[in-house]
Amino acid sequence: MTKPKSAYSVAGKKEKLDTHIIVVWVDNEAGVLARVVGLFSGRGYNIESLAVAEIDSKLNISRITIVTTGTPQVIDQIKLQLKKLVPVHKVADFKREDKQVIFKEMALFKFVGNNNKRGKALNACKKYNAVILDKTNKSCVIQITALRREIDKMSKNLKKFGLISVSRTGAVAMTRGAETFK
Amino acid sequence: MPKLLSGAEIVFKCLEDQNVEYIFGYPGGAVLPIYDELKNHSSIKHILVRHEQGAGHAAEGYARSSGKPGVVLVTSGPGATNVVTALTDAYMDSVPLVCISGQVPTHLIGTDAFQECDTTGITRPCTKHNWLVKDIRDLSKIIHKAFEVATTGRPGPVLVDIPKDIQFQKTDYPKFIKKNKLNGKVHNHFLQKEIDQLVKLMSKSKKPIFYTGGGVINSGPKASELLRELVAATGFPITSTLQGLGCFPGDDNNFLGMLGMHGTYEANNAMHDCDLMINIGARFDDRITGKIDEFSPKSKKVHIDIDPSSINKNVKVDLPIVGDVQSVISSIIKTIKKTKPNFVKSNKQQISKWWEQIEKWREKKSLDYINSNETIKPQYAVQRLYELTKNKDTFITTEVGQHQMWAAQHYKFDKPNRWMTSGGLGTMGYGLPAAVGVQIAHPKKLVVDIAGEASVLMTIQEMSTAVQYNLPIKIFILNNEYMGMVRQWQELLHEKNYSESYTAALPDFVKLAEAYGCVGIRAKTPDELDDKIIEMINTDRPVIFDCLVDKQENCFPMIPSGKPHNQMLLGPKDQEQNKITGKGKTLV
Repeated sequence: MTKPKSAYSVAGKKEKLDTHIIVVWVDNEAGVLARVVGLFSGRGYNIESLAVAEIDSKLNISRITIVTTGTPQVIDQIKLQLKKLVPVHKVADFKREDKQVIFKEMALFKFVGNNNKRGKALNACKKYNAVILDKTNKSCVIQITALRREIDKMSKNLKKFGLISVSRTGAVAMTRGAETFK
Repeated sequence: MPKLLSGAEIVFKCLEDQNVEYIFGYPGGAVLPIYDELKNHSSIKHILVRHEQGAGHAAEGYARSSGKPGVVLVTSGPGATNVVTALTDAYMDSVPLVCISGQVPTHLIGTDAFQECDTTGITRPCTKHNWLVKDIRDLSKIIHKAFEVATTGRPGPVLVDIPKDIQFQKTDYPKFIKKNKLNGKVHNHFLQKEIDQLVKLMSKSKKPIFYTGGGVINSGPKASELLRELVAATGFPITSTLQGLGCFPGDDNNFLGMLGMHGTYEANNAMHDCDLMINIGARFDDRITGKIDEFSPKSKKVHIDIDPSSINKNVKVDLPIVGDVQSVISSIIKTIKKTKPNFVKSNKQQISKWWEQIEKWREKKSLDYINSNETIKPQYAVQRLYELTKNKDTFITTEVGQHQMWAAQHYKFDKPNRWMTSGGLGTMGYGLPAAVGVQIAHPKKLVVDIAGEASVLMTIQEMSTAVQYNLPIKIFILNNEYMGMVRQWQELLHEKNYSESYTAALPDFVKLAEAYGCVGIRAKTPDELDDKIIEMINTDRPVIFDCLVDKQENCFPMIPSGKPHNQMLLGPKDQEQNKITGKGKTLV
């Protein structure tokens, strides 16, 4: 290794990365998403997926769900930095492996091909709550809800059945049971 | 029906209700309605700067030296972009600023109108929060909220962007009731259990050290008093970061000097070898820690900070206490008094070996330098300035570079809020406008900007501001014709390739002073230095003092990059004695 010619210290050893789902409740006001996303890009954190929508129109609250990876220290920083933002009300953090939390993503698949192929495609989608949203004699659009890695796998495997277009949301999350996150 | 006020009037109503006395600003098209209103509010004085960056730094100097938020008023577009450096500086050093910027009328936003820019977009990462006022009915609420956000918790800058049409529109102004309740982002709920745990650690420790920072200053003068009491009650050694200087007397025996990259040998070694580190209001900055993996390997670390996100950001700590420094120290003192009334006595024996070790490190005299009879050594200049001004309750600002470090090493502060320097961002050109702001807050006090000739040229135009308002600031330039710190790094790291660090065409600073209408003084030799400094102090006008110093001097001691605290590079005296010149340099 060459001598570091810098006023800054050299980077320390790399730690293991974990995937976390961060849920943020924010005031639904102009620029709030830019604040959250800007915090991630400005401090070099990852965003794997992002889902955001208003959940309470009376109180004007939006819920942002962010899938991110980082060392435990980075995940802690993400939460603490988010909590400092003025429009942020609360922040929840779940490990992807957490059994007490449901994670779901939705995907829309468009298939073009003959009846036989489309039938096979629909069959393959069935275990992920498949819904047919549109149908012509050449094509169909199927909606599924599943985990991220399941959708990853599906969109790869279904190519052979005439999958020509994929549109998917980021993950959303909710705890199991009667509990809600305070 | 209540009286309707224009947006511009509401701005001033809010400022009056927030007890603002001074605003630093520069007019322009998009803030003209606010400037038009200025004449009707005699309690608020406007200080006209020469560049918006100067307004920002002046407001920082004002805020840091007075403990009150600084207020800045600028126009849209270039006015706002020029103030970005100052906002970032304030963000890094936790200085409360409220910046009000004009914006093009709402119907022109997004059309690339004349002097339009996305001000809230540009300033989002360098403010605690910012607002674009789109509805006149929100204006007063937002401005009051802006003051609250800027001054509570960890202080910092905020910005309120007001489109020109909003400044003309009218609405009513509700009576302002100052809330005692702190906003939801302030954390001051530490537990007695945590304090008990800390006191237990303190009573067990054989090698303790206090490591204090700017948080003590930001917590208010009372925090500094309590810190002195705490050190007296424990007998522990204490070191301070650059921003924390002044919260503990610089000439006290318990004070080990500044720590970090250019800190003293005793402070850095004590940090490395301690068994208990109590961080009070500092943030484990990379200039402090050096190599993180080898940072103080054997110590239990306690971190007291008001900002929860500072905990475990750079260094993992064993006991975090999230709270305001003043309340935490106060609790610690109370607990010690209650549970261990004889702490100092019982503790003295226990840490006596530690103090012996510290005295040995002290004998290195790491701040020593080889003085000269022919040329003025920069360290000598700062020492003389200190000796000749120390009884005057002097306020010191600095620019950024070698002179800043020499000022931090050799000027000994004994009160908080007397030392204004750009630490986090390291903004060259900070000191002169900051001195303007300090002098505004303290009209009768001696204010000196210890400057470098390269830094000061970045904001030299603010001399004109100083002259306009009869602010007798003293610009004490350590002139070595180099960007000294750049030259030092090039000497040590880049085989003496002094690429672009020499300024070949410097102005004649004495003539420059005269051109601005202030006084120019030049000192060339050590013999005349004292007389000239006294002449400067006795001049009741702004002064530019051109102190011609040794061009080759380097700032030592120094922790080379990527090295832990106990591998310091010492000055030429020590290098001669130990003959490590060659080896020491390969360390870098």
